[in-house]
Amino acid sequence: MRRMLPSLSAFAVVAGLVATCLSSGASAADPVKIGMITTLSGPGGYLGEDVRDSFQLAIDQEGGKLGGVPVSLLVQDDALKPATAKQIVETYLQGEHAKILTGIIFSNVAGAVVPDVVESGAFYISPNAAPSNLAGKECNPNYFAVAWQNDALHEAAGQNVQNHGYKRMFILAPNYQAGKDALTGFKRFYKGEIVGEIYTKLDQTDFSAELAQIRAAKPDAVFQFQPGGLGITFLKQYVQAGLKDTTPMFVSAPSMDWHIMEAVGDAAIGVQVASHWNVDFDNPASQQFVAAFKAKYGRMPTYYASQGYDTARLIGSALKAVGGDVDKADAFRAALRKADFASVRGPFKFANNQHPIQDWFALSVDKGADGKPTLKTVSKIFEQHGDAYAAECKM
Amino acid sequence: MLLIVEQLLNGLQFGVMLFLLAAGLTLVFGIMGLINLAHGSLYMIGAFAAAAVGRLTGSFILALLGGVTAAALAGLAIEWLVLRRLYQRDHLDQVLATYGLILFFNEATTMLFGRQPLFADVPAALGGSIEFIPGIPYPVYRLAILLVGGLVAALLYGLIARTRIGMLVRAGTTDREMLRALGVDVRLLYTAVFTLGALLAGLAGAMAGPIFSVQVGMGEPVLIQTFVVIIIGGVGSIRGAMAGALLVGLVDTMTRAFLPGLLRSMMPLSEADALGGGVSSIAVYVLMAGILLWRPRGLLPAHG
Repeated sequence: MRRMLPSLSAFAVVAGLVATCLSSGASAADPVKIGMITTLSGPGGYLGEDVRDSFQLAIDQEGGKLGGVPVSLLVQDDALKPATAKQIVETYLQGEHAKILTGIIFSNVAGAVVPDVVESGAFYISPNAAPSNLAGKECNPNYFAVAWQNDALHEAAGQNVQNHGYKRMFILAPNYQAGKDALTGFKRFYKGEIVGEIYTKLDQTDFSAELAQIRAAKPDAVFQFQPGGLGITFLKQYVQAGLKDTTPMFVSAPSMDWHIMEAVGDAAIGVQVASHWNVDFDNPASQQFVAAFKAKYGRMPTYYASQGYDTARLIGSALKAVGGDVDKADAFRAALRKADFASVRGPFKFANNQHPIQDWFALSVDKGADGKPTLKTVSKIFEQHGDAYAAECKM
Repeated sequence: MLLIVEQLLNGLQFGVMLFLLAAGLTLVFGIMGLINLAHGSLYMIGAFAAAAVGRLTGSFILALLGGVTAAALAGLAIEWLVLRRLYQRDHLDQVLATYGLILFFNEATTMLFGRQPLFADVPAALGGSIEFIPGIPYPVYRLAILLVGGLVAALLYGLIARTRIGMLVRAGTTDREMLRALGVDVRLLYTAVFTLGALLAGLAGAMAGPIFSVQVGMGEPVLIQTFVVIIIGGVGSIRGAMAGALLVGLVDTMTRAFLPGLLRSMMPLSEADALGGGVSSIAVYVLMAGILLWRPRGLLPAHG
């Protein structure tokens, strides 16, 4: 018994030390952890790269802080696999005890993991994907979409065509959920006649059959949603078929960015784009962001980058409001809802379903001063546009 | 009517593109008994090398040569370093190893070129379209692909049917052991055949650059269709690859072009679009299943 006493007291001391260390591990002085799940590999990898880099830019500009609160950004690649994303979420929530998650690019990944995140009491703040179910019936107080609701991208394109006065449209998209949503969104605001509607294969490499149908249908213009490499292939073949000279092409924002323009070259010139942000916006937040991004990374920011930056700054505004204490969930949520930050898009606020209400713009691809294609903002399509699902959300 | 002619032409051109890939794959599969999933990677290497050379020199001919050479060299290296060890192993090992090669080449390409798709343009001389059939403006570049594909098919057929090397290749498809027993250096023959296959894949990739998206992973979707082609045509047979490629190209294009329209005249619009899209994407596989039922060894098998 006597022998045991010293060892017991030693044990108590050690236990006490461990306990102090553990409690100090959660003290306010430590940086707030932000878990980013994003797509960095595969053909869609550059989208995640832009979100990650611009998010990091916002942190670096404040010297490792967001809203004056020290943060540490954890980044992992989901490789566009929902199952991988689920594992990453688990390590962030259980292992790292992160309370703020962000970063997902693709809707199918978001659909698989966002419910897990918000049910655990953590916040998910989306810099890109915003599928319709999460905007409507399944909206959640801990889920915010900073970019848009998926449909809004294509609604803006539909209204853009409407504004141009084209009456006979040929529309096409790949045969999967996002493709169908795109055409549905387009038709919600385009009121003219649809002379042809095609769903293509998701792994299609040759579009000559579709192009011949377009030529035969003689539409006023074409609207297409072919994301990533599909869009590059489609656009190249569209130009080679001689269709661009006779039939203008309208796209939504995902079908035309700097990387796509670089890959297709002059073929992009004349394409009409609908977007919520462009590098030539003249508000101070945007000008500052574009200059800083170019200086740091040596490339033009895509709109994905602008969304990553806005997401970081939104989180910063809310962290500031609660003094870095994310455990005050109600106060943090209320601060996020206020959206008290200078968005690079200009006017920006959240609807009741915590999706953006914002302006949409018509852009066109022109030849820039250096002879390369560049995106130019032409006019406004929508003023303070929300989304179609907000009414279904009981929040 | 004009539309049907145009779509037929599109189908033929797509078929010829598939043939360039299938020819190499079928030779390797038929003669060496090797399942090479990395054939699509050689296609990608051809496309990337051509795009890179094209950007440096601005010359389409040099780009084409660069693409073909890079793919052939990569093929030579793969055969030398990896595949040589796999000839005696069963197909599962080969699938595993060549699948590993796909991952390797995709990551290596990402490191070298980044994730952004590369720019590759149609050469000025082959840009635009001509109306060689009145009423159908057809892209000159696609005509050029048709021509090159036809030329390659003729050359290959001549090589296989008329030359001594071709005779050895045919003998290799029929009876490998006997060929070895007769004192032919089968190793050298395998290297030559594999490099030729790689070269053809590189040619397909280099020519595909200006009309498809040059990006990491571009070889995989095409590879699946290529396997369908060689199974339909009969493994190891150049004539079979040609027949299979044209058939797949035509069926794929024609169902995509006309099936939704046909269905629309029979049922409501949205159902027709959904069904048409679905059926046209499986049409090629239904065709393959049907042909295998009818002729289990393919349309024009190499032997027997």
